[in-house]
Amino acid sequence: MDYTLFVIQLLNGLQLGILLFLVASGLTLVFGILDFVNLAHGSVYMLGAFICASLTFALGNFVYALLISLPIVAVIGYGFERLIARPLYERDHLDHVLGTFGAILVIDTLAHMIWGPAGIAIPLPAALDGQTQLAPGIVVPTFRLAIITAGLIAAVGLYWLVNHTRTGMLIRAGASNRTMVTALGVDIQALFSFVFAIGAALAGLAGMLIAPITEASLGMGNNIIITAFVVIIVGGIGSMKGAFLAALLIGMIDTLGRAFLDDIFKVFMSTSAAENSAPAISSMSIYLIMALILFFRPQGLFPPKLR
Amino acid sequence: MQKKVFVQGLILAAVLILPLLLNYMGHPFYLDLATRLCILAIAAVGLNLILGYGGMISFGHAAYLGLGAYAVGIPAHHWLYGGMDVIATTNGFVQFGLALLVSGIFALLTGLICLKVKGVYFIMITMAFAQMVYYLFISIAEYGGDDGLVIDTRSEFPLVNFDNSTQLFTICAVSLFFVMWLVWRISKSQFGMVLAGIKGNEQRMIAMGYNTFVYKLAAYVISGMICGFSGALLGNFTTFISPEMIDWARSGELMFMVILGGVATTFGPILGAITFIILEEVLSTITIYWHLPFGLLLIGVVMFVKGGLSALIPKVGDKE
Repeated sequence: MDYTLFVIQLLNGLQLGILLFLVASGLTLVFGILDFVNLAHGSVYMLGAFICASLTFALGNFVYALLISLPIVAVIGYGFERLIARPLYERDHLDHVLGTFGAILVIDTLAHMIWGPAGIAIPLPAALDGQTQLAPGIVVPTFRLAIITAGLIAAVGLYWLVNHTRTGMLIRAGASNRTMVTALGVDIQALFSFVFAIGAALAGLAGMLIAPITEASLGMGNNIIITAFVVIIVGGIGSMKGAFLAALLIGMIDTLGRAFLDDIFKVFMSTSAAENSAPAISSMSIYLIMALILFFRPQGLFPPKLR
Repeated sequence: MQKKVFVQGLILAAVLILPLLLNYMGHPFYLDLATRLCILAIAAVGLNLILGYGGMISFGHAAYLGLGAYAVGIPAHHWLYGGMDVIATTNGFVQFGLALLVSGIFALLTGLICLKVKGVYFIMITMAFAQMVYYLFISIAEYGGDDGLVIDTRSEFPLVNFDNSTQLFTICAVSLFFVMWLVWRISKSQFGMVLAGIKGNEQRMIAMGYNTFVYKLAAYVISGMICGFSGALLGNFTTFISPEMIDWARSGELMFMVILGGVATTFGPILGAITFIILEEVLSTITIYWHLPFGLLLIGVVMFVKGGLSALIPKVGDKE
């Protein structure tokens, strides 16, 4: 196997894993704390990409655009919580799924009306646009390294927020026992809105980071949201650590499967059979993993300790 | 109650007669619309059996529609282009039998796994299996992969001709009435009572000595087979099938029809399908952005309409 290609694919897997974590972390926070299934979380990812694209053209700089887009997306998440999510908290999961499915249709169509049907490519500043040499013979696009770095910074920031701040303490307390936290005089509604806004900002960030590579496009959120659900179920619903590790795992399996599974299959089956079956198996693999996890360990790989 | 039955009968009669009448008067468009309506309604009735009566929220029932349609398309494909002689046929009995068999086996195998988990996990695992089917068909280049498979010849039955749109519609409408009757009978049978008991309180049913898993699995398989049957009709109607039909958004639309119409009612699914078709047709002719009002309506129904549309019928009908 080609060593260079392997390292590059490993980095691609890491990048996908990081992006998945950014989307899944908000999902698992909301799911774990509020027991709310939010299919529309992927639409925020898409909105992040589009808003960042527009601002990049308005300001002429991707990095500034990204920094301004973040609070905008957070505000959108806050508004979504107030308008759509809050009336549905007390309902069952079926209503969550249907209500947020409706929200996807609304948000996607609004994006269609505002930005048109075609995707928007985002130009990168020169500093991020080049290639970086990691080791002799291994050259990777600088921006991919930037994505990984930015994602890791966000992950560390989230870890710090949840585990080492007063707000994070309240979030964790709310996750274990909502009623008790309310009884102690904490405004749980405001806390929930805050969690939603944070989740939206993270998902939006993921969209902004991927947009310069894939361009901002309609439906991009619907592709990632299902994978993000796979991540939080594999990792254990409500668990940050689980979401992080499962995101990396799923990202790696998905990327490496697509890249190398046909080579592996060729070892024990004919070339044509391997080339036919490998893409199917690699696309299905993450769902296969989720089904196996759900069957043998429904609580996920790293379930939160206090539930 | 009398008036409720009257209103329901009126709706059934309208679904059957109105399209035929309009077709006769030179508007074949409405016949096509009504055929699609009947096919989707059959699938919604099938989903309602487990979602409504059994309380099992499947988010992957579009997979059965896809399997059913491919069970028509693949034999026809081989019949025309050779290969796979075992299934190469245009015989409708073989194709529809295959659709029922494949969807039944798929439901049995996945049901064995899915029904071990509950709540939101069940929603997600059914979706996961549908996604697997989706990617399976995307990756089979022989059957068109991403682009889908054109079904060049429709199923052939003695006496009826599926190429004739009036006959195809009549078959679909009669099938719909039959499936509605079937699910109604199931819901009133002892089996249906146990299912309702499981939905209400599974622990209690276990304590009463019922093997609830077997009951749920049986309902799950029947539901899958009904949707597979609907898929076989769909393949004959559209003469085209693509993996896009298995996408999770399609499963969501099926759920929407059941919920909108009213879960665990005989009439809910057909009301939901009627509303869905009308909305889709009316809104999409007004604006290309028809998903916007459609989504808003969906949110509105979830938030404000308890029990779906069929709950509104007695309210209207029983006014003295």
